[in-house]
Amino acid sequence: MAVWEALLELADDHLVLGHRISEWCGHAPMLEEDLAMPNMGLDLIGTARTLYDHAGKLEGKGRSEDDLAYLRDEREYRNCLLVERPNEDFAHTMLRQFYFAAFMRPYWLAALNSADATVRGVAGKAEKEMAYHIRHAGEWVIRLGDGTEESAARMRDAVEALHIYVDELFDSSDAARMAEAAGVLPVRADLRDTWERTVSEVFAEALLEQPKAAYAQRGGREGIHNEALGHLLAEMQVVHRAHPGARW
Amino acid sequence: MYSQGLIGADGRTEETPEFLARFQKRIDAEEKIEPKDEMPEGYRRTLIRQIGQHAHSEIVGMLPEGNWITRAPSLRRKAALLAKVQDEGGHGLYLYSAAETLGVSREEMTEELLSGKAKYSSIFNYPTLSWADMGTIGWLVDGAAIMNQIPLCRCSFGPYARAMIRVCKEESFHQRQGYEIVMTLAQGTPEQKAMAQDSLNRWWWPSLMMFGPHDADSQHSDQSMAWKIKRFTNDELRQKFIDATVPQAEYLGLTIPDPDLKWNEDKGGYDHGTIDWDEFWRVVKGHGPMAKDRIKARKKAWDDGAWVREAALAHAEKRRARKIAAE
Ligand SMILES: [Fe+2]
Ligand SMILES: [Fe+2]
Ligand SMILES: [Fe+2]
Repeated sequence: MAVWEALLELADDHLVLGHRISEWCGHAPMLEEDLAMPNMGLDLIGTARTLYDHAGKLEGKGRSEDDLAYLRDEREYRNCLLVERPNEDFAHTMLRQFYFAAFMRPYWLAALNSADATVRGVAGKAEKEMAYHIRHAGEWVIRLGDGTEESAARMRDAVEALHIYVDELFDSSDAARMAEAAGVLPVRADLRDTWERTVSEVFAEALLEQPKAAYAQRGGREGIHNEALGHLLAEMQVVHRAHPGARW
Repeated sequence: MYSQGLIGADGRTEETPEFLARFQKRIDAEEKIEPKDEMPEGYRRTLIRQIGQHAHSEIVGMLPEGNWITRAPSLRRKAALLAKVQDEGGHGLYLYSAAETLGVSREEMTEELLSGKAKYSSIFNYPTLSWADMGTIGWLVDGAAIMNQIPLCRCSFGPYARAMIRVCKEESFHQRQGYEIVMTLAQGTPEQKAMAQDSLNRWWWPSLMMFGPHDADSQHSDQSMAWKIKRFTNDELRQKFIDATVPQAEYLGLTIPDPDLKWNEDKGGYDHGTIDWDEFWRVVKGHGPMAKDRIKARKKAWDDGAWVREAALAHAEKRRARKIAAE
C-alpha cells in the first residue's frame, strides 16, 4: 500500500464519472445540457489526468496517464461504485453528479492544505468546479423533484437506486489512510456532516426524502465492481489496446 | 455554412420596387441589416432557412464525432474531442439565437429538423468508422466549413455575421487539431497510417460535395449574392479548398483519392476529377448511409427529454406562483 494508490483511486473516480457523463454528449434533453454535461465531463477528466500523471510519477515505474487509464482491467480499477452506475435517465445522472460533487467539494477544500503540492494545485481548481457541479446538478434535482408527477417519480427512483452507494464515499482504503496520515489527502469520514447538510438542503426544496441505506454496497476500492464497469472499460480501451505502443 | 443543403435564396416578395431599391442601396453600401430593420420578406425567409440549416448542421454534426468520445485512444484526445463536440453544440446555440432574431423560435426550427422538413449538411450522413475519422473530419469537414464561413463574417445580416466571427475562430482551431490528429497517425505505425489513408479515401469526395453543385447547376445563388448573404460561388470556394488541402495531404504523405487531380499552371490551381453528382443528390435527398440514424438519434434525444423540459417549466411556474403568494 502506498500514497500513489490513493491518488489512483481518486483519479479512477474522476475518469469513470467523466466518461459516464460524456456518454450524453449529443443526446441531452436540451441543447443547454448538451453543453453543460461535456463541461462537467471535461472538469472531471482534467482532474483525472493530473492525478494519474502524479500517481504514475510517485509510483516510479514510468507509467503514464494513458498506461494507467487504458491498460488496467476492471479488477485493477479502484473507483467507488457510485461513479460507474449507468446513466439510466437524466434524473439518475444529475443525482449521481450531485452526490459526488457534494462529497468532492469539501474534500478539495480540505485538500487545499495538503502536504503535496500537486494535490494542492488540483484542489484549488477542482473545488471551484465542484461548487459549480453542486449548483448545476442540485438545481436539476430540485427542478425534477418539484416539477411534474413524472419527474418527481423518476427522481425518487434515482434516490432509491443510488443511495446505497453513498456510504462507500466516506470509506478510506488502506492506501487512503496512509495518504491521510501523511497529510496528503483529507480524512474521508470527516466530510459526512458537510455532505449531509448539502444534500438535505437540496432535498428539502426537491421534496425528496433522504433514505438510510438498509445495506450499503461497497467494494470498488478493492476492485470488486458492478458488471457495468467492464463494459465501460472495454469501450474506453478498445482502440488504445488494439495498437500496443502506438502514439496518438 | 454548409451551403450544399441549402439550395438558394427566396426571391418571392410583396414589396414595392422603391422599397427594394432602398434596401439594395443599403446592402450595396455594405451596411449591416439588423433584426429590427425593414427587410424584404424573401431576405428574411432566406436567412431563416440558411441560418436554421447551419444551426441544424452543427447539432447533427455532434453525432458522428460524438460516436468516438467514449473510445478516444488517449486521455488528451478524449478531452479535446469532448471539447470540440461541445463547441459544435455552442455554434448551434448561437445560430439558433441569430435565427430567433428573425422571428422564428428554436422549438419551431427543431420540429422542422425532426420532421425532415428542414435540411442540414449531408456530410454528417456519412458514418465515422475509425479513430482516424476524428482527424479527417476536423481537417477536411471543419476546413471546408471555414472556407464557406469566412465570407459569412461579412454577411449583410448583422447577427449572422457576428456569430460567424466567433464560430470561425473555433472552427479553425478544430481544423488545426484535426490535421494534427491525422499527422500523428500518418507518422505512426503502418496500421495507423493505413487508418489515416482509408479515412481520407472515404471523406475526400463528400468534403468536396459540401460546396454544393457546380455554379452552372446552382439555381438560386444570384439573389443571395446580390443580397450579400453569399459572396463567392460554390466552385470558387471548392477551388480554394482543394488548393489549400492538396499540399497538406502531400506533407502528410497521404494520397488524395483522385487520379485526375493535377496542378493547372494556367489557372494557378488544381484540376480535379468528376464529382459523383448522383451520390451528391442521393445524399442531399436524404438517402445518405446514416441519414435515418441521425434523425432517429435526434428525435430520441428530444422525445426522451420531453419530461425533463416539462418538469423545468412546471417547476418555474410553481416557483413563480409561490413567490406571488408570498408577496
Ligand atoms: Fe459550421
Ligand atoms: Fe461548428
Ligand atoms: Fe467545428
